[in-house]
Order: sequence, then structure tokens, then C-alpha cells
Amino acid sequence: MEIKWYLFLSIALFCIGMIGALTRRNSIIVFMCIELMLNSVNLLLIAFSKMHMATVNAFGTSMATSAQIFVFFIMIVAAAEVTVGLAIIVMMYRNTHSIDINFLNRLKN
Amino acid sequence: MNAIILTAIWGVIMMFGGVFFKKNTTPKYWAIAGIVIIIVANIFEFFGHQIFHVDTKGMLRFDAFSLHFNTIVFICTLLFFLLSGRDFEKIGIHVSEYFSLIFFVLCGVSIVSSFNTLLLLFLGIEILSIPLYILTGSDKRNLKSNEASLKYFLMGAFSTGLMLMGIALIYGGNSLGSFYIDAINLGTGHLPVLIAAGLVLLLVAMSFKVSAAPFHFWVPDVYDGAPTVVTAFMSTIVKVAGFIAFIHLFQYSFGAMQSQWQTLVVIIIAATLLIGNVTAVFQQSVKRMLAYSSIAQAGFMMFALFALNDTAREGILLYAAAYSLASIGLFSVIAKMSDYSIAGFNGLGKSQPTLALTCTIFLLSLTGIPLTAGFTAKFYMLMAAVKDGHQIWLVIFAVICAAISAVYYFRVIQAIYFKEPTPEINAQMPITPAFRWIHIIIAGLIILLGILPGLVIDWIYY
Repeated sequence: MEIKWYLFLSIALFCIGMIGALTRRNSIIVFMCIELMLNSVNLLLIAFSKMHMATVNAFGTSMATSAQIFVFFIMIVAAAEVTVGLAIIVMMYRNTHSIDINFLNRLKN
Repeated sequence: MNAIILTAIWGVIMMFGGVFFKKNTTPKYWAIAGIVIIIVANIFEFFGHQIFHVDTKGMLRFDAFSLHFNTIVFICTLLFFLLSGRDFEKIGIHVSEYFSLIFFVLCGVSIVSSFNTLLLLFLGIEILSIPLYILTGSDKRNLKSNEASLKYFLMGAFSTGLMLMGIALIYGGNSLGSFYIDAINLGTGHLPVLIAAGLVLLLVAMSFKVSAAPFHFWVPDVYDGAPTVVTAFMSTIVKVAGFIAFIHLFQYSFGAMQSQWQTLVVIIIAATLLIGNVTAVFQQSVKRMLAYSSIAQAGFMMFALFALNDTAREGILLYAAAYSLASIGLFSVIAKMSDYSIAGFNGLGKSQPTLALTCTIFLLSLTGIPLTAGFTAKFYMLMAAVKDGHQIWLVIFAVICAAISAVYYFRVIQAIYFKEPTPEINAQMPITPAFRWIHIIIAGLIILLGILPGLVIDWIYY
């Protein structure tokens, strides 16, 4: 299959995530949409790494591995973000008994 | 390398120290000791003595510029700890953890000042941001702090997503299949579609991180809601580190094709200067006013990205020092106040003459009055833009915006000297002689850098 189909798929997933993150009001759903954005990037990186399989660096090894390792780092960082993010959402729920983002705008003044 | 490893180790030490420290005041002294050790180790590395020899395969590059920037940031952090260390005890009981998170942020700062691949850029930005999400929400019972923390987290994660997409597109677009930032440099040719899209996404994501308009909307709420000590830290040191990463990335990877993306930066600078300065005029709370003023100052720092020449590199270091010192000093006074309105400063000239004088110097420096570091920093930035030669109108516009900024900075000075004191507010301020002396030292440094900017700049060429 051509590389462009992978590109279209991951950009479509990315846009779905982005639109969801900007329009939804439930903070858990917003959070899921952001995760979808990160995972679409993972898919794209893997597809590109397959494309670069034949490219060889100065040491004679394939350049494809660097993108695959990048994906592992993205997964680890996403896990760290989930840890912090869920803790923040739980903290907010304890104080307001709501996970709606609109509720926060009422506190502005 | 010394700084990266030692900050991470000291963060872990502070974290476990929380179990052993009996008194709430102990962590502050450990943190000060740690930052002094890190400064010394970093200066040693600057003169060529490495403690840790790590082969990073060229993924990190330590040159005089990045090491010197680290030193400036660590010295600002030391002054911040000395001034505001006690205010951490007001946030909650886990004082040791707050300091430990700050050391992890510093680890991220020293990575973003010396990265050489996009992987390390991503990791550095994340190591710098994730502890800050926690610190912003560290006042757990306060609803404003919760709001700030959630907003900052969602915005930060969103911009991380954009940055990663940009990195992936750049990886796919260059034929070398490499993440090294100098391998991306394609020379002056026409941009391929994938790389152009990646460049725009990276520009947007980094603008989110450094709070440049039109991606600044999270800043006032987050800076206002976070505990004041944390605001002091993230509006100065973290923001300046974001700028260093921004400039480092765009200079080494997209520097040659600057003419193709310079227009975008011009739009961002003009919007940032206008929105930051005009909105700050209407703020009643000093804390919120400083949040908007930090957006306005970001507009000036963006000039370094616009020009990308040697003067700009000198200027950004000077700006980092001038802006951080003045803001840390001002925030340390605000943190001691009970309410953050301008009325809190009323009559400070009579009740605290030394503090009033130093605060006036900080405000003058932020405005950019000659003989202060703020003036020389702004001067270097504008000189870099003039040397670049394009878009002279932007320089004139920036000078006009600096004049607007005098309105809101001078209103605080007016409150300090020409308003009657409100006794119930000022009586609560616990000011120790040490606090006063450190204020005098910071004010002295600002005036010294205003007269001899070479003290900071010349070390780049060591």
C-alpha cells in the first residue's frame, strides 16, 4: 500500500481528536481525544519508519529504528501525562462534584 | 551534562527527604544547598571539567551558549529560593515535594537548552511541563488553583499533540529519515509540503508554550489561579527556557529558509505586543497585570526569533536575566500580600522604604528605562531587528508598545509613593532583614547589567 493512505488515515484521526478536544465539555472525553491525537502520531511515525527502512545512516544501519524508539518515548510520556491528568481531574471532582469544563468558567470572577 | 544529572538526582533526594525532614522549614535549606552545588558543577563544566562522561551520540550538544544560559537560570532560581522559599510553606504541608518538582523542572530546562534532536526537544519540553501541572494545582482546596491546573494541563497536552504531529511530518518529509536538527536543514530551497506543514505545527506548539498571541488565552487564568510562588517560577524561568528551545530549534533546523516563515513570526510578534500591552492596562489585580505583562514581554523576546543573528542571541540572554530578576523580585513582594489588588501597594514608600525603592527599580526595568537591565535588553532586541533589515515598522510599533506599558507599570509606582497607606494590609507583611538584603542585591544586579551588559554577554564567546 502507498504511504499516502497511512498519512491520510493518521491526519483524519488527528483531526477527529483535535475537534473533539476543542468542542467536547466533559474533561475525561477531552482527555481521550488528546490521547487519540498522540496515537495518530504514533501510527504515522511507524508508517514513515517503514518508508525509511531502506535509508541507511553513516554507520551502515537503517534509519527506521529511530522513529520506532520515538514511539516508545511517546507512549511513556503519554502514560506520565495520564497519571498527572487523572489526578488533577479527581482533585477537581472532589471539590466541585463535576467534571464539566464549563463549570470552571463560572469561577472566573 | 553535569546540570542535567545533578538536578535529576537532587530532585529524587528532595522527594525522599520529605520522609525524613522533621520540620517544615528544613527543605528550603536543602534546596538552596542543592542549587548552589548545581551552579558550581555547571560552571565547572563551562570551564571544561566534566564530572559525568556520557556518550549521547550527539543527541545533546553543550556549547558556551547553552551552558551560560544554564548558569543564568540557576542563579535566578537561587535568588528565587532565597526570596520565596518560605512562601512554599503556605501552599500546603508537602514542602519537600514542591522543591523536588522544581528540580525536575530545572532538569527539563537544562535539556531544552542543549538538545540536538527532536526527540530530546520533545522529552525536555515534557519534563519541564509535567511537574508544572502538578505545582499549579498544588493548592488542592482552592478552586481557582484546580481550575488553573486543569486548564494548563489540557492546553499543554493539546500543544504537545500538535508538536508531535509536526515532528512526525518533518521526519517523513526529509529524505534522510533523521531526527537530528541539523539534518533537517534543507538550505534555502523551496519547502516540501510535509516539512512546511511540520514547521507551522511546531511554530504553533512552541508559541503555546511561550504564551505568544494568539495562543496566549490560557496564560491569565493559569498565572492568576496558581499559587503566587509557582507563578513567579513559571512566568520567568520556564518561559525563558521555552524561548531558548524555540530559538535553538528554528536557528539550527530552519535558519537558512528564514525568509519563508519570517512573515508568520512578524504577525505573532505584532499580535503579542498589542494584546499583551493593551489588555494589561485594564487589570485591577497586580498578579493578573503581571500575567499580561509577561505576554507583552514575550512579544519582545520573540524579536530574537525574528532576527536570528548574533545580536539576537546576545539579547535573549540579557533579556532572560533582566526579565527573570525583575519579575522574581516583584512576585516575592506580591506573595507576601493578602490581596493582589493595586491597593495592596498603597503607601509602601512610607511603611517599607527599602522595599519600595527596589520595587520601583524592578518596575522601571520592566518598562525599559535607561540605566536598568530592561533597557539594554530591549535595546539589543530592537538592534537585532534593525540589523536584520526587514520590517522596520515592527521596531517602531514595539517602541510604541513599550510606551503603552509605562501606563500600567507606573500606576503601581504611583500607588507606592503617592497614595495613603492602608494600615491593615501592610501590617501583615512579615519582612526579614535577609529578605530586604536580597532585594537590594537583585536591584543592584539589575542596575549593574544596565550599565555593563557585557558582564552577561561576553561569556558566550568564551
